[in-house]
Amino acid sequence: MNGVHDMGGMHGLGRIEYEKNEPVFHAPWEARTYALTRAMAAWRKWNIDAARHQRELLPAEDYLRMSYYESWLERLVQIMVKSGLVTRAEIETGKPAPGAPKATPPLTADMVPGTVRRGAAASRDVAAAARFKVDQKVRALNFHPSGHTRLPRYVRGKTGTIVRNHGVFVFPDTNAHFLGEKPQHLYSVRFAARELWGAQAAPRDAVYVDLFEDYLEPI
Amino acid sequence: MEDHNHQTLPSDLTLRVKALESLLVEKGLVDPAALDALVDTYEHKIGPRNGGRVVARAWVDPAYKKRLLQDATAAIAELGYTGAQGEHMVVVENESSVHNLVVCTLCSCYPWPVLGLPPVWYKSAPYRSRAVIDPRGVLAEFGLELPQDVEIRVWDSTAEIRYLVLPERPAGSEKMTEQELAALVTRDAMIGVARL
Repeated sequence: MNGVHDMGGMHGLGRIEYEKNEPVFHAPWEARTYALTRAMAAWRKWNIDAARHQRELLPAEDYLRMSYYESWLERLVQIMVKSGLVTRAEIETGKPAPGAPKATPPLTADMVPGTVRRGAAASRDVAAAARFKVDQKVRALNFHPSGHTRLPRYVRGKTGTIVRNHGVFVFPDTNAHFLGEKPQHLYSVRFAARELWGAQAAPRDAVYVDLFEDYLEPI
Repeated sequence: MEDHNHQTLPSDLTLRVKALESLLVEKGLVDPAALDALVDTYEHKIGPRNGGRVVARAWVDPAYKKRLLQDATAAIAELGYTGAQGEHMVVVENESSVHNLVVCTLCSCYPWPVLGLPPVWYKSAPYRSRAVIDPRGVLAEFGLELPQDVEIRVWDSTAEIRYLVLPERPAGSEKMTEQELAALVTRDAMIGVARL
């Protein structure tokens, strides 16, 4: 979706505010929001792409106004309600619905070190022929899906060069909408800064973007 | 972020998150001890020191550096750093004529096992919007002015690959031990907004 989250190349969003000796979390509620989000993901009612998309669905003014973890909190509530793990009424009253059965948490404290250490690979061990080769010139498609995509607007229609084939990965555009993983090759594509931004860019600078096969066409 | 007219008050957020946690615990959806363990992990166990050890090892051990640049995920796992948001790592090397800078323009992707959770500025709209269009201006704001003949490579983390910058070993560090070298390496240098 052409949302405000896709902000690469925008002007007017302010100065970078650097904080020296920044703590990991600025308040206990941030830490709890982070941990709740990780712990609720263990229910596997959604995937990482659906979760990213849920944050993109925040109204633009909220996305820009909210602090990072406030947007995480909002995202968590929305995605839990959507998945049926909690109801809107339960969120509003703070109490489980009368007669609701008590569940057993899928993530317990003893499982945390292993879960953190293992992570969840997004690569898939499926045989797929690569459509593009290293050093090949490609063009990023000029397309504007209203759903989730990881093709940023600032490279659409631009020409770049394949510098690396990362292997076969889950395709976020379908996975975010529970339409399947559609595993495909993922490439690192080099775009000359001048191709993206014109003469104002330094002649040798470049932006490297990881792009899925479905985002690219040969030239 | 000083404008409290437009920001939700922290006290409201504290209450909302407390209410949400107690609801989820009461429904049996989360184990509060698991929440404690997650917070403790990212506050105390995982952070940029991990990345510093990777960089120092690469500086002192050419064979390790070669493995790191060929298959960063495996080489970083040799030091015990694996898992969430570091499943697919790529290390990019700074040279006198090449400078690397990492960003996630679409959200906040960051290599957690080696750097911990990202600082606020990395996740902020000003950094995300400008790193790709004006990397030299961004670096200047961090106090780093690079000559025009240094090639800047910006890595936008748009998929599940996570990037770590391998900074150049500082001059005058020849006699330092690996442990001393690791202490020289900063988070900012491994994102690419600083040089050592």
